[in-house]
Amino acid sequence: MAARSKLYLILAVVAAAIASHVLSGGAAPEIPALNAYYYDVLIGIGINIILAVGLNLVNGYTGQFSLGHAGFMAAGAYASSWLTLSYGYALGSSGFATTTIFLLALLMGGGIAALAGLIVGVPSLRLKGDYLAIVTLGFNEIIKGVIQNCDALGAQRGLGGMVQHTTFFWTFALAAVTVYVVVSLVNSTYGRGFLAVRDDEIAAEAMGINTTKYKVLAFVLGAFFAGIAGGLYAHFKQFIHPEGFNFMKSVDVVVMVILGGMGSTAGVCVAAVLLTILPELLRYVSRIEALPEWLRHIAENRMIIYSLLLIILMLTRPQGLFGAVNLRKKKA
Amino acid sequence: MADKLLELLQQIVNGLSQGAIYALIALGYTMVFGVLRFINFAHGDVYMLGAFVGFYLGPKALRLFSEGPSYPGAALVLLLAMALCAIIGIVIERLCYRPLRERPKLTVLITAIGVSLFLENAGQYVFGADPKSFPEVITDRALEIPESWGKISGLTITVSQVLVFGVTLFLMFGLSHIVRKTKLGMAMRALSFNPVAAQLMGINVDVVISFTFGLGSALAGAAGILTSIQQPSIDPLMGVNAGLKAFVAAVLGGIGNLQGAALGGLLIGLVEALVVGYVNPTYRDPIVFGVLILILLFKPTGLLGASEREKV
Amino acid sequence: MNKSPSFLAVLAFGSLVAGSALRAEDIKVGEFAALTGGSASFGQSSHKGTALAFDELNAAGGVLGRKFKLITEDDQSAAGQPATIVRKLISQDKVICVLGEVRSSATIEAAPICQENKIPLISPAATNPKVTEVGDYISRVCFIDPFQGTVMSKFALGKGWKKIAVLTDVKQDYSVGLADFFTKGIVAGGGQIVKEQKYSTGDKDFKPQLTSIKATKPDAIFIPGYYAEVALIGKQARLLGIKVPLLGGDGWVGDSLLKVAGNSLDGSFFSCHFSAEDKSEAVQEFVKKYKAKYNETPDDMAALGYDSAEILADAIKRAGTTDGDKLKTAIADTKGFKGVTGVITLDAQRNASKPAVILSIGGGGFHFEAAVAP
Repeated sequence: MAARSKLYLILAVVAAAIASHVLSGGAAPEIPALNAYYYDVLIGIGINIILAVGLNLVNGYTGQFSLGHAGFMAAGAYASSWLTLSYGYALGSSGFATTTIFLLALLMGGGIAALAGLIVGVPSLRLKGDYLAIVTLGFNEIIKGVIQNCDALGAQRGLGGMVQHTTFFWTFALAAVTVYVVVSLVNSTYGRGFLAVRDDEIAAEAMGINTTKYKVLAFVLGAFFAGIAGGLYAHFKQFIHPEGFNFMKSVDVVVMVILGGMGSTAGVCVAAVLLTILPELLRYVSRIEALPEWLRHIAENRMIIYSLLLIILMLTRPQGLFGAVNLRKKKA
Repeated sequence: MADKLLELLQQIVNGLSQGAIYALIALGYTMVFGVLRFINFAHGDVYMLGAFVGFYLGPKALRLFSEGPSYPGAALVLLLAMALCAIIGIVIERLCYRPLRERPKLTVLITAIGVSLFLENAGQYVFGADPKSFPEVITDRALEIPESWGKISGLTITVSQVLVFGVTLFLMFGLSHIVRKTKLGMAMRALSFNPVAAQLMGINVDVVISFTFGLGSALAGAAGILTSIQQPSIDPLMGVNAGLKAFVAAVLGGIGNLQGAALGGLLIGLVEALVVGYVNPTYRDPIVFGVLILILLFKPTGLLGASEREKV
Repeated sequence: MNKSPSFLAVLAFGSLVAGSALRAEDIKVGEFAALTGGSASFGQSSHKGTALAFDELNAAGGVLGRKFKLITEDDQSAAGQPATIVRKLISQDKVICVLGEVRSSATIEAAPICQENKIPLISPAATNPKVTEVGDYISRVCFIDPFQGTVMSKFALGKGWKKIAVLTDVKQDYSVGLADFFTKGIVAGGGQIVKEQKYSTGDKDFKPQLTSIKATKPDAIFIPGYYAEVALIGKQARLLGIKVPLLGGDGWVGDSLLKVAGNSLDGSFFSCHFSAEDKSEAVQEFVKKYKAKYNETPDDMAALGYDSAEILADAIKRAGTTDGDKLKTAIADTKGFKGVTGVITLDAQRNASKPAVILSIGGGGFHFEAAVAP
């Protein structure tokens, strides 16, 4: 089983490499290079997959409702940007050198984010449900607040000038790694631990499962991947701003997890793809002259649709598209 | 020295008046949580709707009394907002929360987030995202403090600040009275102790829950009007920040505890004013959330809350 | 009989080719603006001015025999949006030039993308110097904050106000930059900054900051922020018993400023780019046309939006092409262009060197106070 998923991982990375070569027009000149806008959307999909799969580990598999994922993404985005902006050429100017620094920066971003995840995870041990959600939201605001007060990070005006290191290959290779890690973890004894915490924490404790370990692990890992995603994002958009990592961004990721089905990695990946493409589709819909004005307006404002989606999903199919969690069960 | 004292007193006044708004919103949060054990994320947006009710109906209401601002007119606007918000709250509960009553709390929480986002974004679409100027329902001015009281006469307390404080106190006592002395109030308390037993005792759970929501939403609506009197620029996202702060206030005071909500609100308002005036305005929000986290770490039941033992 | 279908086909094909040759391709110009959100007043105004200019240009036949097609996107006054939108305008819509934005932060965000893709960007009203520092494809038709800050500081000192408090919006590059230049000007002129306080875009309660400012007894307060917050600040300042004049910059220009502030801003002054009261023929012509189309008086964002479009058209004419490289040079070479916001000449940093207009507030409107040349 483990060997097979390793094989899938290697295949995925190779596929990403081939795809990126093709898409940049290198393979055969007749295949047109990808238009920058579509490329933007594709990278967005990859980043969102990493975010959603990471959050799914926390929200879906471990049942800890975190509303502050964007804070971890911010930590990773800013930490990695700081490194490349300060030491981007420390090893030289060759492609190899700068890419190495870039990867180190991503790792550092993930690391700082993981640290933040630890800081958030520990107090959250005592909290459940609603309280936990609000506290994670609070941490998101605090992380944002720290960045906003740090002039070296651009404070409220944003940080820019990063070199566009993020490529199709790195994004999807790392997405493949994220999926691999999460799926492997979930299918191991750790996975049993996560699920036990989700299903009934008190019973799990009674059975001798160290719920603390699993909760903290989930937070730290989820945060680590969010940090990686943040680093990729920063080195693609080349400009980051604290407001881009606010509660709304966290909600974006939460909607992906819920739509995909909490506890289903495949579902969450599909949802990430759908919900990255959706705003852009809506942008086109809002431009179609033939449609009535109000419909076009609503298309422009994708949050109206997202929020309705959330409500309708919860009312009719709370397990999302592929959900494994039985959210319909009545509490005894 | 006296100047510094005056400045401090003024900041305290500022903080308490803002805190009264948080208290009013927090009362609604805490009530709904006390009875239903769930945080209505959309509560802050009902506050926003209250302000918009005032915006659209205000001029018409004022015209019934006199051409311009007047106290009877303001009272009417307040009552209208409370009534309409109560209805909105009841409708939301009926449509979105009641079908989920048997489901795990997480489902309702997510739905509440959905409702909140919907109200905010639909509000941006319907009302327009740009700030609107709230009509003047009372002529606000600073109260004249007689010179004979000494340096304190330099203090500025506005009519609106006194009004907000007064109305908040009045509503808090009114709420307390309803909860302790009326039958519905008793039913609410019964429901908060043990929903199943309450039902077995013949309490119509649906009615009581609707009533709770209506009451909480009415308070939010009142807060919306009172805020707009002091800060006459309203926009569809005004409920986000206020709602979050009010939630922190409710938790600080002890969620489920009415006096706690009021106390928490005032404290948060004070903390904000002092941080902005003396420390650094950009630390204001992080510090408020820091307070939340500290309280949840060290005394999760809040300042006035009773310890809850979780039965296994 | 056999010949007819093929003859018709040739005819049809021929007319198609001829028709498409006759109808030259439109010149696509991209615009990004805050059409919704907290800064919507800016975006709506500048968009109206820009649209008016292109309508006129098209009615007169366009330029180089081609008409303009304006593609506008709303950045919702939100950070992160300008980058995405401008990327789309460039790669999806294939615009030859981008116009925007009024706000410096949004422009600073989008500028690197235009520079990298070699598409010129003309900002109508972003005044922070960092905007054009991004690269040589970036230019603006307005003055920059070092000038604006100096103008206001000289004005304040000239009125005898030596002790000034500054209340900055730390969320905006514009506000922070302008406050900085103003402060330097005051200190250089022998004045004193008695208090520096801050707030964030979107805040509604400023009493704590104002109380802290009041305690230092300033002669005037400089508030280089945007209209939505400034209106509330004005109201709350008066309620707190702060009677001194308030000063500001071009961020004050918004239609809701006086609606929300009432008469609390009477006796205040701010600098901007344009006054509809200007008696010159060019301005009055513009005001008339604008009123006819939109039924309202133009503000300086509208006037600058108009000028940015006109300058683009003029540059295309001079360059003889819409090719990015030549176009950017033509734009940078703009000299003595008679715009409605003044005579526009772009300097070596591609910033416009123009007089600033100081307006005073009173009686429910803005009034011309002074014009200060660079």
